[in-house]
Amino acid sequence: MPLMRHSNEVREMAGELGKYKLCVSARSADKAILKKAQDGGIVTQLFKFALEEGIIDGAIVAGPGDEPWRPRPFIATTVEELMSSSGTKYNISPQVSWIKEATRSFGLDKIGIVGTPCQMQAVRKGQLYPVGLRDVPDKIKLAIGIFCMENFSYQSVKQLVEDHAAMKMEAVKKMEIGKGKFWVYGQRGQVVQLPLKVTHKYEQPGCHVCLDYVANLADVSTGSVGSPDGWSTVFVRTRNGDDIWSKAIAAGCFETKPIEQVKPGLELVTKLATEKITKNQKTVEERAKFGVNKGLRNPYLGPK
Amino acid sequence: MGLLSRIFGKKSASPEPKAKPAAGADVEKKAETIKKEEKPVADKITVGHVHMSGCTGCLVSLADNYGGLLTILDKYADLVYGLTLADVRHIPKMDVALVEGSVCIQDKLSVHEIKEAREKAAVVVAVGGCACYGNITRFGRGGQPNQPQHESYLPIGDLIKVDVYIPGCAPTPQLIRNVCVMAYLLLKGNKDQQELAKKYLTPLMQLADRGTEACGCDLMYDVVNQGLCMGCGSCAAACPVRAITHEYGKPNVNREMCIKCGACYAQCPRSFFNFDVIPEFEGIMDAIDAALK
Ligand SMILES: Cc1cc2nc3c(=O)[nH]c(=O)nc-3n(C[C@H](O)[C@H](O)[C@H](O)COP(=O)(O)OP(=O)(O)OC[C@H]3O[C@@H](n4cnc5c(N)ncnc54)[C@H](O)[C@@H]3O)c2cc1C
Ligand code: SF4
Ligand code: SF4
Ligand code: SF4
Repeated sequence: MPLMRHSNEVREMAGELGKYKLCVSARSADKAILKKAQDGGIVTQLFKFALEEGIIDGAIVAGPGDEPWRPRPFIATTVEELMSSSGTKYNISPQVSWIKEATRSFGLDKIGIVGTPCQMQAVRKGQLYPVGLRDVPDKIKLAIGIFCMENFSYQSVKQLVEDHAAMKMEAVKKMEIGKGKFWVYGQRGQVVQLPLKVTHKYEQPGCHVCLDYVANLADVSTGSVGSPDGWSTVFVRTRNGDDIWSKAIAAGCFETKPIEQVKPGLELVTKLATEKITKNQKTVEERAKFGVNKGLRNPYLGPK
Repeated sequence: MGLLSRIFGKKSASPEPKAKPAAGADVEKKAETIKKEEKPVADKITVGHVHMSGCTGCLVSLADNYGGLLTILDKYADLVYGLTLADVRHIPKMDVALVEGSVCIQDKLSVHEIKEAREKAAVVVAVGGCACYGNITRFGRGGQPNQPQHESYLPIGDLIKVDVYIPGCAPTPQLIRNVCVMAYLLLKGNKDQQELAKKYLTPLMQLADRGTEACGCDLMYDVVNQGLCMGCGSCAAACPVRAITHEYGKPNVNREMCIKCGACYAQCPRSFFNFDVIPEFEGIMDAIDAALK
């Protein structure tokens, strides 16, 4: 019995970009969505389409929380609610925490959920090993993953914005990580960029063992990397994802370009994915020898 | 997916696993030949439901598979023992014992029966929080009418070796179903089927090895304290008593409310995440659905 899986074997199985049927560069055809979206508005547009077509009854998104830029899982059942939660918040929104509640208190039979790659892993583990997710596995109808290099606690982001970028959280219009920098855009047009050297130490520790960059287990996954500004890179992965994506394309929801024809294209996505997974794989290995003849847990080898 | 299509004798819907990212083109392979539907069942396994100190909620969960349960009993398993369900007084020899409830050590019959279950069953599955971890019976201290002296309840793993854990209160119909299908494949399947079943069951076997104590505190000890929590929220979703909330993305357990069912830790992707099984979710879910049709 292969109780012990070797770490390089795990990595191989994880795969850098995961399985996919299709990869394109795309953006929403809806100007109103693009205006508010982080990148090409893929998430908001695809959920909107799925909601209007009855493919989902609602979607778990990261809606506005109690403090500026602090998200909380929010069950959007209208297009307005979807629109009001678009854009990236660079701190944790425990998306999966509402997945059972969505079927109960909210009575959803067909759930959409957006989340980071680890949250997509959580969704799929929940479907195959539904320990505490009674009647949930069959109700997940559209899982959209967003690329993710790392995440932050709210306090970390606040410290970056207020101490390092010297801006008030409530005065921020957009945050973005791209081109090797953490960008903070103010409501009044000011722009502050922080080198990632500064942000690294604030990263969520749990991210350092993460072996997925492009949400390999989502139905459809998307991020900015690989595509020009205002456009998104999209991987269509599962049969279900393919079905919904093709219908959305047929309905004219998106403009698309072949990924081979955009710059910087898949090469950069592959490079970043490989870098992330290699670095974190190393961390997983180092954890095994963290103490003196004692190590830290490795979740990829089992629950012990 | 070659493995699963061979296992269930039908074309699985998921694509060949090898994506070629550098080429970036449409990577779906449609070349797979559609094999003829062959009857996947050689012969049935024998299963018993052994009732210790539990509320019968686990059994109800099994029954909540409705049509799926009938298919399981029709195609894959004969129920050879079960309170009120099978007219058998003594625990017979069987392939799989599904044990519900903890063992009251002041009750001689229970102690005798759990040992007998171990002797007679090839595979012992602890179904539900009480059998795995004691769950709500951890708080029992006797004094109840009829048998006030019955005051000590132990998870079955404190008395016998347990092979597979299905934690949770109640355990979900879907996880019980998945384990039943996999147990069948493990015992009666061909080589590929056994391979899949072993891989699937491994973490649930490792949970059984891990011990008989569970608590919401495990999220702190074995996830947050270990630098592994990434704030997905699975633990809170899994908790049957809503004891878990998230404070700035990290779990906060109301320890007064926790009944010690073990669902949160087992559900957490950072308790176990097996890359040789979970990424195949699409094919495996199709296969289980097909098996229960
Ligand atoms: C922590 C984090 C790190 C990221 N890192 C990268 C990266 O390294 N490279 C890259 O290309 N892309 C990254 N992204 C993704 C990128 O920022 C965009 O979210 C993505 O391209 C989707 O944009 P969109 O215009 O299609 O979506 P929109 O239409 O703007 O919708 C975004 C959706 O994401 C949800 N969301 C926002 N914040 C969170 C959150 N914290 N957790 C879960 N869901 C959330 C919103 O509710 C909304 O539904 C990251 C996102 C996050 C949250
Ligand atoms: S880096 Fe990984 S663990 Fe961290 S938030 Fe992103 S997907 Fe989750
Ligand atoms: S389930 Fe998610 S939020 Fe809960 S402890 Fe595990 S990683 Fe953290
Ligand atoms: S916190 Fe909830 S899920 Fe976790 S062991 Fe306690 S009762 Fe069970």
